[in-house]
Amino acid sequence: MKVFMLGWEFPPHISGGLGTACYGMTRGLNEIGVDVSFVLPTAVPETPTGPSHVTLRGLNTVAERTTPPAPTSPDRAPDVAPDVAPDPTTAAVARMAHVELHRVPALLQAYATAESFEEVLASLTPDQQAQVRQVLSTMRSEQDEADGSAPGAEQGPSDSAVPVGSFAKGTGGHYAGDLLGQVRRYASLAVQIARTERFDVIHAHDWMTFPAGLAVAAASGKPLVVHVHSTEFDRAGENVNQDVYDIERSGVHGADRVVCVSYLTRNTVAGRYGVPPDKIEVVYNAVDLPTDTNDLGMTPIRQNEKLVLFLGRVTMQKGPEYFLQAAKKVTEKFTDVRFVMAGSGDMIAQCVRQVADLKLGRYVTFTGFLRGKDVGRIFSMADLYVMPSVSEPFGIAPLEALSHNVPVIISKQSGVSEVLTHVLKVDFWDTDEMANKILAVLRHPPLQRTLRQHGAIELRKFSWRDSAIKLRKIYAELVDAE
Amino acid sequence: MASVVFYFQVHQPNRLRRYSIFDSDSNYFDGHANREICNKVADKCYLPANAVIGRLIDRHEGRFRVSYSLTGTVIEQFRHWRQDVLDSFVALAETGCVEFIAETYYHSLSFLYHRDEFIEQTRMHCQLMEELFGQKPRVFRNTELTYNNDVAKVVEQMGFDAILTEGADHVLGYRSPNFIYNPPNCGDLRMLLKNYRLSDDVAFRFSNRDWAEWPLTAERFAHWVDQINGNGFVCNLFMDYETFGEHQWSDTGIFDFLYALPDHVMAAGKNNFLTVSQAVDRYGPVGEVDVPNMISWADTERDISAWLGNNMQANALHDMYALAEAVLGGGDEQLIEDWRKLQTSDHFYYMCTKWFADGDVHKYFNPYESPYDAYINYMNILDNIRARLAVARA
Repeated sequence: MKVFMLGWEFPPHISGGLGTACYGMTRGLNEIGVDVSFVLPTAVPETPTGPSHVTLRGLNTVAERTTPPAPTSPDRAPDVAPDVAPDPTTAAVARMAHVELHRVPALLQAYATAESFEEVLASLTPDQQAQVRQVLSTMRSEQDEADGSAPGAEQGPSDSAVPVGSFAKGTGGHYAGDLLGQVRRYASLAVQIARTERFDVIHAHDWMTFPAGLAVAAASGKPLVVHVHSTEFDRAGENVNQDVYDIERSGVHGADRVVCVSYLTRNTVAGRYGVPPDKIEVVYNAVDLPTDTNDLGMTPIRQNEKLVLFLGRVTMQKGPEYFLQAAKKVTEKFTDVRFVMAGSGDMIAQCVRQVADLKLGRYVTFTGFLRGKDVGRIFSMADLYVMPSVSEPFGIAPLEALSHNVPVIISKQSGVSEVLTHVLKVDFWDTDEMANKILAVLRHPPLQRTLRQHGAIELRKFSWRDSAIKLRKIYAELVDAE
Repeated sequence: MASVVFYFQVHQPNRLRRYSIFDSDSNYFDGHANREICNKVADKCYLPANAVIGRLIDRHEGRFRVSYSLTGTVIEQFRHWRQDVLDSFVALAETGCVEFIAETYYHSLSFLYHRDEFIEQTRMHCQLMEELFGQKPRVFRNTELTYNNDVAKVVEQMGFDAILTEGADHVLGYRSPNFIYNPPNCGDLRMLLKNYRLSDDVAFRFSNRDWAEWPLTAERFAHWVDQINGNGFVCNLFMDYETFGEHQWSDTGIFDFLYALPDHVMAAGKNNFLTVSQAVDRYGPVGEVDVPNMISWADTERDISAWLGNNMQANALHDMYALAEAVLGGGDEQLIEDWRKLQTSDHFYYMCTKWFADGDVHKYFNPYESPYDAYINYMNILDNIRARLAVARA
């Protein structure tokens, strides 16, 4: 069994649940001996005229392989680039015997929006920006050509199956022109890679890879699994971006099977996207137990102040304003407390204003986005983790909190709430109850102890290996049905 | 001769309303839910079951006998909302074929935490039994059949003749629950031990279609009772009264089974029915059963871990009983009553985390979404009790 996986984020750059899930699932599949060919968007192209993608292979001996951007033909076999110092990504792949990684230069990020795309662009050096713009302009001209020409025999199967051609026309904005252009570019590169690979099934994660999944399925004739980690309704509420919705819709309808991260998401996909429920499977995410908790370099500072943690993207979907409203109510009853907002996002400025309006300044700390060991550090300092998400398809972060022995409050509007029992649950909008529960945890050590004890045991029921076993069953059903 | 000793437990707690830390009034109880459940169980269980028992007593001309324990809390609820149910129990008492057993008025775990309170609540309950049914109880059962040697000792000193508890395998060993025993270090207090196999066949397995004996007939059950002859005197069938019509719904045939059973048990003339006191008067003790650790009739463990199995339960119980002297010494009758209603064991059962993840009987009886919610709610109410005490002191 070999899977052609269109996924997101490999170590060391994992910014959220989607990347964690893709990496975890891939390791789970590797563990049970399923071969994975993983196509990973990489933010910055090496050079605009350089290799279109880089392949890393597992089996402990790392070889980097480069392929020219043109469709590969047998007489243009890829070169092997010798003596490349292994970076963390390479090292991660090297530990997985059944996995090979194709890095594709596409300016895509796991949680991209039109605004964040601009942010990413702005964060690059002027040189890199120039490169990106050059790539984008080339792509636009390629795209215009493709749109203008009749479907030719050579490009036909892939391009006609890619729904992105339709929205790029006429919409004109950055989202359409840049992000959606990148989505399209990623799709065409994925098809190129797929032509050089043998595989049994295609597995695409979230909307930005759906066009690529559909294109590869059309080009290869292999069954397609699309994995829904979140929907446009989770990210945007009712203000959905029609282009994104259309891509999601074509993905879940074009796929042979849809995997959702929870029954909550399954209901959304069935109800809002009109997918027959029997085509949708639920595979829960999991978590790895931290291995280096003693290696955080932390000397705990003994102090009475309790630390209540929000950790996640500071966006509408994550409900940061409800966290702050609850914080205000908590401070009316309990003042030895600090609320830490760890994360970045488009609501940061609004949250800072809210803190000022609520006169919460002395109780709230903004840390910005935390990565790597800092995440473990903040968990090790926390007395309580709160996930007040308005809409959370799954929610891996509460599992991470539990894995660091931190009691957890989650919103009932989360997929993980279906499976976690030894946590406290609230409706995200019920900030009185959220404050009531925060106060209970802060005031009653026996509650903390019981949550920790049982949470640690409950955590053992989540394993990426089990998730992978469920995926393998789904793959096998599709392959057998061929 | 094998004697069937039926004992039915009748109890409803005063469920608490959702009480947030931001609440400050002293209305702790969910009157609406308590009334609704009382009405539901009265119609599904108490009234129809009492009717069957009444008919059986008539039909068998006094040879069919049963024993009950009704908690003070359920009797208060009947008085508020269902006087008809209470009247039907009084009518049963008047037949002379029904015995009432003593327990703590508030169905509490006070024995574990406050001996004087335990004695006081038992006294209150005995007084209530005399008032209502004209009987001075001779037999005691502690909440949920929680029991150890110390309970026996105290209960004997209080003047009871016998005590009921679970016939748990780990205390009986090879011995049978179908005899009368004595506790160690007591005078002649008698122990009646629940035959949990036959009791649970009715209480838990009756409607279970996966059970090999399903559907259970009165004839077959009477045959099992008859097999006790030669290896015992009594068949102690102890169960929640709510078994009839509430845990086992009427359409399972549970009422028909109950109505048919005495005919089959007494058919050959060798077996009969006795109340708990009649059983201890009729049969002598055959030995001692030593129970150093607390047992109960709950769960497969038959211990007290359903009420005192995690940190939250221990903390809630401890903090509540820590207020005893202040509450009782303050003399505020309303505060004392509220505090006592908070002693009902159900409040701690709701905080049980055993099996919580798997969902089962604990969940069915639990008005909370989780044991954590139960604890948080309870602790917020205790805060208010403390606040009232502080106001009273000031």
